[in-house]
Amino acid sequence: MFSTALTWSDLAFLAQGAAMTLAVTAVSVAAGTLLGILFGVIRVQAGPYWSMPLTFVLDVFRSVPLLIQLVLANAFQSIAKLGWAPFTTSCVVLSLYTAAYCTEIVRGGISSVPATTRRAARSLGMTWWQDMRYIVAPLATRVSLPSWIGLTLGVMKDSALVLWLGLIELLRASQILVTRLQEPLFILLICGAIYFLISFPIARLGGYLEKRWSPND
Amino acid sequence: MIEIENVRKSFGTLEVLKGIDLTVKKGEVVTVIGGSGSGKSTLLTCINGLEPIDAGRIKVDGTEVHAKSTDLNKLRSKIGIVFQQWNAFPHLTVLENVMLAPRKVLGQSKQAAEEMAVKQLTHVGLGEKLSVYPNRMSGGQQQRMAIARALAMSPEYMLFDEVTSALDPQLVGEVLDTLRMLASEGMTMICVTHEMKFAREVSDRVAFFHKGVMAEIAPPEALFGAPKDPELQKFLAATH
Amino acid sequence: MFNYTFHWNQALKALPQMLDGALITLQIALLSMLIGVVCALALTGFRLSGNRALSGFATAWIEIARNTPALFQIYMAHFGLGNFGIHLSPYTALLVGIAFNNAGYLAENFRGALKAIPDTQARAGRSLGMTALQAFRYIILPQMMRVAFLPTTNQMVWAILMTSLGVTVGMNTDLAGVTQELNARSFRTFEFFALAAVIYYVIAKAVTLAARAIASRMFRY
Repeated sequence: MFSTALTWSDLAFLAQGAAMTLAVTAVSVAAGTLLGILFGVIRVQAGPYWSMPLTFVLDVFRSVPLLIQLVLANAFQSIAKLGWAPFTTSCVVLSLYTAAYCTEIVRGGISSVPATTRRAARSLGMTWWQDMRYIVAPLATRVSLPSWIGLTLGVMKDSALVLWLGLIELLRASQILVTRLQEPLFILLICGAIYFLISFPIARLGGYLEKRWSPND
Repeated sequence: MIEIENVRKSFGTLEVLKGIDLTVKKGEVVTVIGGSGSGKSTLLTCINGLEPIDAGRIKVDGTEVHAKSTDLNKLRSKIGIVFQQWNAFPHLTVLENVMLAPRKVLGQSKQAAEEMAVKQLTHVGLGEKLSVYPNRMSGGQQQRMAIARALAMSPEYMLFDEVTSALDPQLVGEVLDTLRMLASEGMTMICVTHEMKFAREVSDRVAFFHKGVMAEIAPPEALFGAPKDPELQKFLAATH
Repeated sequence: MFNYTFHWNQALKALPQMLDGALITLQIALLSMLIGVVCALALTGFRLSGNRALSGFATAWIEIARNTPALFQIYMAHFGLGNFGIHLSPYTALLVGIAFNNAGYLAENFRGALKAIPDTQARAGRSLGMTALQAFRYIILPQMMRVAFLPTTNQMVWAILMTSLGVTVGMNTDLAGVTQELNARSFRTFEFFALAAVIYYVIAKAVTLAARAIASRMFRY
């Protein structure tokens, strides 16, 4: 039979790691989404010309490896003597990273609302805000939700990189156990299974929503 | 000669062809009319073996279409078919669209295929559009290209499946003119159509399909002038 | 707040070394894409094969690649395979991990591209007397390539970004690895990594622009 030195307390350790992964993800996705909505609306309102600086900066976040961004941010906070804990630094970087992608999703969602629909709302006497709140937001959310779910899962998986700053999330916790118990395959398989169990059902939900809400049915 | 004997065909529990008998001789133009769901389009896709049949048989020049030993690809190269949706190959220019099958199926040289393609495209009035991509053309032009594409295989028979149904009304005429021209040149054709005036003009015989049955077949003067089948009488009354 | 002196000269002096690293980065990314495309085509074929074992294998690969972190996949290649007595160098482990990841995402792209081509296209080809293979080769495949091209170049950019993960398994010849080595010797973390970030950005943009140029020449319709 298969035998392992893995104990219940080791499993609890992995669970703590998973909790850290989820915590970093939750904070980053929440903050990143808020920023993304803000930036997305700005991009649509300001037009491609005036929003160029914003577009450029967000593009940088998508074109530089996340690991490099984390190292840079950590070095920066130490130079600037901000005294941020690795958790804070990680969340700040991941939030901006999330915002960079979320902005495009929001922009896409807003532009998917036909101009005629918006004109109809405005011609009924709605203000810009009312149009946004009651017409654009519900329609754009439908279009954007599947991509946003994909983004959230992407951030969850990419959050593994914060181990480089010393944060003990799921993958780092597994690595610590691997070093101690010398059972790399078994422990990594558990780690992978946990990621999979978090990601797969939500990914399926996203796929389902995309099918169900696709405009051609 | 196309010989259709007692052909039956079902999709699931729905029987769309309930024993069709029809013989089309060389040089003959037969048009098929009837309401939607009457099975007339299905018959065409059975003739070139795109659809299997459940019973009966179809012979083209003595070759049984649905026999296992039949080389369908070879057979299809002598039966051209044009669909309601023209299915232009969007990644190829008009000329390339027409040249593709002669080169790959018949193994023609590039030069021979090009010569034939230019000839057929000029024939359908697209001689000026050779290097254009299909999506830059109107539906009528794309449909004429599809006809040239089928003609470039030098088929002995042409099947037309409601080729004008997906076109804007003002584009129907140019496609029908192309069909009239082919008919006058002696091409053997079976046309499924909703255009009664066209059917009356070009056909040697007109067949009326109703609910999977060929209810009546006669020369156009007889069929339109003195319809016998009560369903046909209703159908003609409704379309005029 | 900023009583820190930036030493950009030190970083710029290391630029040639870092550019050598960038070449390795590009090499790994290209190789991983090559392997990834081949595997993805095989996976797509497996899924369409109708054979349950093959399509199960393909589905498992694709779902694992898409639902676990790329870093996890690299760890599996580097540490996990050790259980079978397979010890991959950091370079190979990184390449295997990224290629595995690429294949999963690309297979999904290819499937989407295949779905985007209407059945009537193959039908039109068949009715002209083409064999199923000819219809696929001359009609479906060229159109699939156009649909799949943009997602594939996006994956290439992802592959470039993923190469930076090699440093976590001891890779020291690619851009991230070289930068980390320089950093360990000098502790000029910010300067070195900022320069690395610029190089990554330039590579990513160059790839995107090149892809666009290729696409506009290849797909004229």
